[in-house]
Order: sequence, then structure tokens, then C-alpha cells
Amino acid sequence: MKIHEFQAKELFRDFGIPVPCGTVATSPSQAVDGAKSLPGPPWVVKAQIHAGGRGKGGGVRLVNGFEEVEKAAGEILSHPLVTPQTGASGQKVRQLLIEEGLDIDKEFYLGIVIDRKLECPAMIFSEAGGMEIEEVSAQHPELVLIENIDIAHGLMPYQTRNFFYVLEPLPDRSVLQELSTIMTKLYALFISKDCSLVEINPLVITRSGKIVALDAKINFDDNALFRQKEIAELHDPYEMDELEARASEYNLNYIRLDGNVGAMVNGAGLAMATMDVIKLAGAEPANFLDVGGGASEEMVTNGIKIILSDERVKAILINIFGGIMRCDVLARGVVKAAKEVEINVPLIVRLEGTNVEEGRSILQNSDLDFSVAQDMEEAAKMVAEQVS
Amino acid sequence: MGILVDENTRVVVQGITGKEGTFHTKQMKAYGTNIVAGVTPGKGGGAVEGIPVLNRVKDAVDNYGANATCIFVPPPFASDAMLEAADAGIEVIVCITEGIPTLDMIKAVRFIRKCGAVLIGPNTPGIISPGKTKVGIMPAHVHKQGGIGVISRSGTLTYEVVDQLTRIGLGQSSCIGLGGDPIVGASFVDHLERFKEDSETAGVVIIGEIGGTAEEEAAEYIDREFNKPVVAFIAGQTAPPGRRMGHAGAIISGGKGRAEDKIKALKSHGITVVLNLGQLGKTAEQVFKKD
Repeated sequence: MKIHEFQAKELFRDFGIPVPCGTVATSPSQAVDGAKSLPGPPWVVKAQIHAGGRGKGGGVRLVNGFEEVEKAAGEILSHPLVTPQTGASGQKVRQLLIEEGLDIDKEFYLGIVIDRKLECPAMIFSEAGGMEIEEVSAQHPELVLIENIDIAHGLMPYQTRNFFYVLEPLPDRSVLQELSTIMTKLYALFISKDCSLVEINPLVITRSGKIVALDAKINFDDNALFRQKEIAELHDPYEMDELEARASEYNLNYIRLDGNVGAMVNGAGLAMATMDVIKLAGAEPANFLDVGGGASEEMVTNGIKIILSDERVKAILINIFGGIMRCDVLARGVVKAAKEVEINVPLIVRLEGTNVEEGRSILQNSDLDFSVAQDMEEAAKMVAEQVS
Repeated sequence: MGILVDENTRVVVQGITGKEGTFHTKQMKAYGTNIVAGVTPGKGGGAVEGIPVLNRVKDAVDNYGANATCIFVPPPFASDAMLEAADAGIEVIVCITEGIPTLDMIKAVRFIRKCGAVLIGPNTPGIISPGKTKVGIMPAHVHKQGGIGVISRSGTLTYEVVDQLTRIGLGQSSCIGLGGDPIVGASFVDHLERFKEDSETAGVVIIGEIGGTAEEEAAEYIDREFNKPVVAFIAGQTAPPGRRMGHAGAIISGGKGRAEDKIKALKSHGITVVLNLGQLGKTAEQVFKKD
């Protein structure tokens, strides 16, 4: 799960990691009031959306007077913000973070991720702050320092020294001490809140010698939200596609894509592979939809309804390999959906596995208009013909 | 033969009194799995399907000779269940549970390895050595005893692949689900090493997906040391970056973990990669039936 920058900075404050003075606004006038309450000018007006690359899309503005604050806030709030990560239609901005502008002397990068291969958290530190860390890593790998953290011991002092004693010139002792404290606090936050990623880019030293987290990004482990109730409440439903939000209420795993073939599959791996065969047959999947290994009749019905709510869908492919899930349950769910909403696009069904005969006969004995595919390849070809 | 589990495996089911645990205990028993005991703390003394329910895994090992476990315990308690099994001396731990926090797993895998146990999963369909035993939740009827090893990161996708193999007459020695989570107990390479030593296994199918670098590591290992033919498939060629595709481990981040990179790595090491899942059976027939 992702959260907004202002929420991440509040967590930083809770953990004693210094952040700029700031306030949240949802209108230009609130933005001006906010600026009045902060040290400055200058101020920074920052769009609060989950997608990265906000600066490139004009979502981060440095301003010097109240009129400029109002103008910048008005512009950012009035149309969707397009960044390299939002897609062409952009993301509507509902909240702004107004912050004091700081005089920056030096920028660092500091982050923690999970290294899947080494099965441990890894802290990443770089003196090339303010840039995309992936780019720095590709072009100047020597500037990206990584320390793998043994979860039994936590971040050890020698690891922070490994980061520091390659810096030229070596910062003052007091700065190093403060940096080391921030690293320890950031690791404490990562562990105690079940994060999957934390990132401060940039972590700055101001001209007055203060160290401040200028930006803040935190992702959380979805699997741990059951024990992180306060974090789960930070979820912003406006950041989700409307259909995706509805699907998650039904406990369906749905991701909207750009094509026109609606797909319903049981199991995540098979769902991905089904999207792939649709594409190989020359069509484009409209969605990823995993109804789960053990879906109920009701979930299948809801799944069909969600797919049909996407007006771009021109044909539907149902691919079920019954294991724990029984084909008769699937068939009943589809028949029920057809009674509740009109299925007005061609439907191709491929059923295999547990109770397949019963599932097929339920479909055949209904009023449903559908075609049967013998295997995945045939199913994909049939659905591609329908939309070409 | 086959790997890790066979007709001599003595299974304890942890979480046997839960809905899933009871259902799959019945299914495993019907397949012929030797389930010697079940464990649900606090419910010891009862029975499920004629199988004694105990309070502690230790008792299942000491009194019933259990050497493998199948875990159906909910996510908040699953790492405790895995650690209990490892500490009690269980050799093969299969954890079906989906939704365990990553940090719990980081701690658990260290301990389990220290105890010398093998962990399959979590978030896995388990392991089956067809004709001998099944420790997991896969539909047994699609499997057939034979000489092909299957290692996969997925569930239903594996059933699809196994079904295609069975239909063309290629039976399986053992089929293993690694688990769909970012941190799992064993990698492709760990099991490939076992299949290499298994005289019943003539070839291996590996089924990967987007996220992580496990397939790339497998490709290097196969090229360097593996002496049997391999067919590979990678799911998620059309997956958009940054989105979690159902499995917590299936996410492309920072330009890493893409299907095309994995396919390229496998091909560059001389491994046959099937791009269209519908053709996996046919390709496997060509590769494995050559000799």
C-alpha cells in the first residue's frame, strides 16, 4: 500500500526524523492561509498524489509570495497531473502540501528496501541525492552504497561508518552523528510499521547545517496491514481506479488495463498467463482478474459485473482450471450474473479440472449464449477473432 | 524416488481443525498420503477423519514419527507454526497459508534453515510425488507418475501445465510450488539440485513469473551444472510495471523483474522457453521425448 508524502512526513515526525514545516491544503485560499502560518517566503507547493515524477509534471512549484501560492495551488488543483508514472490521462490532485522553502547545501539519497535474494532489509545511501536512484545506479554505481541489515541485530554503527568514510570531503562530526541517528530512526520505522520501501530523496543539509528530509516516500507490506490498523486507515481510495476500488470491496483481485478483452481467471499465475495468450493471439486484455483459488458463486457473479462495467470490453474470456475451485460453482456464478445484468458481448468459456462435466452442463442448460474453447490457445484465438 | 516426499513420508497437518485444514486432510488421505496426526493448540485429544488431534508438533514427531508438515494456519500465527515444526525436527515444511507479512518470513527462513528443514512456500499449492504422496492442495487427478520434475511459483498455472504434460503422456516425478510471496523457503536452484540427483527425473519444467531474479539465477545454474533437459515458461509478459499482479511477489519494480529479461536470460543459457502457454505440452513433447 502506498501513502501520500504528507502522511509519510507525519510518520517521520513521529519517529523523530526532521522534516520541513508544512501544512496540507485542499483549496487555493487554504494554501495561502497555510503559507501565512509557515516560515517563508519562499514556499513550496507540492501536489499530493501517489505517482512519482511530480516535479516533471509541474506538480511541485517554488513560489515567493501569497499571490503566487494561490496561483500555483489553483493551477495544480484544477487539472489532472500528468507525470511519467500516471499514464496520459493523469491523476486528479485533491490535496496539496505547502512547505517552507529551505536553503540547500548538500543533497543525499537514503532508502530501505527488501532484498528478496538475500532475504533481508537493505539500506541504500548515496551522495547523489535528488536524482532517480535507478539512473544513478546505472550510470555511477560507485555512488550507490548498500548495507544489508541482519534483522536479528538491526542497523549496526559500523554500517553507517561504511557509508560515511568514503565521502569527500568528510562532513563535520556533528553532521555524521545526526545522519547516523536518522538512519537508525528510519530503520526503526521500516521495521515497526512493516514497510516494503522507505525513501528520502533528497535528504538535505541546509546552509544553516540542519539535516532535513525534503521528500518522503513509504510503501507498506499489504500482508501486514492486519496488524497495522493505523497505517491501513491512511489508504486513499481516490488513488484507485473506480472499478478496482469496487472489486476490492468484493475481495476480487482486479487491475484495469488498456485493452478490450475482459478476462476472468482463477489464480494469479494463470490470470497473468491468460493475459499473455490473449496478447499473443493479437488482442489486448482489458483487465487482470483473479477470482482466487477458491472463489464462491457470488464472487464469480461480481467479477462478471465488474468486467461488464468497463465499457471498452468487447468480449469476455473465462478461463478456469478447477482445483480447489469447482467448475460447477463457476458455472452457477456466471448464470446468475447473466440473470442480473445483460451480457451483451461475446462470451468464451474454457473450463477444465474439478467437476468440469457438471460445470459444462450447467452452462449448456442455461439461456446463456456462449462459445466453448477446448484449451487456452483456442480460447485466445476465439476471443481475438471476436474483437478484431 | 522423486524429491523430498514419497510413500514413506509421515505427515502432520497443522491447523487440521480449520475449514481448509479439514477439507484438504480428507483430500490428501484419499490420495493415499500417510497423515499420522493433526495439530491445533488447545484442541488436543480430539480427532478429524480418524486422525488424532494434538496440541504440539513435538508430540506428533515424538509419538507418531511425523517428518513432514502441511500448514493451514492463518497469517498472524503462521510463522509461529513454521518455527514450531522446524524446532520439533520436521524435515519438510509445506506452508499453504497466503498473506504472511514479509518481515515474519525474513525471520522464519533463517531459523528454519538453521534447523536443517526444507520450507516449501508460503502461499504455495505444496508438493506432490504422483502415485506416492501429496502434501498440499493441488487437484491430484491431473497428475500422473512419471519422469518430469515441475517447479513453479504459481498454483492454478501449475495445474494447467501438469494437465498438458499428463495429456501428452509425460508423467511427473515431483511437482513443487515455490510459493507466490517475495520471501519463500527455497528457490528454483535448490530444487534443481535435488532433481539433478534424482534418478527417476529425466527432465524439468520450470514455471516462473514476473518479479525478483529467481529465474535468472536458475538459468545460470542450469547452464553451469544441470545435466537434464529443461523447458521454461514465464507468466506476466503483458503485466504493467509497479502493480502487484495477485501474488505479492509478482511486481515489477525499478525496471527489474520483467518477463522479457527473464526470457532473455533463460534463452541465452540455451534453455527452451515457451512463450504461448497453450503450446507448453507440445514443446515439452519435442524436448523430452527426443531420446
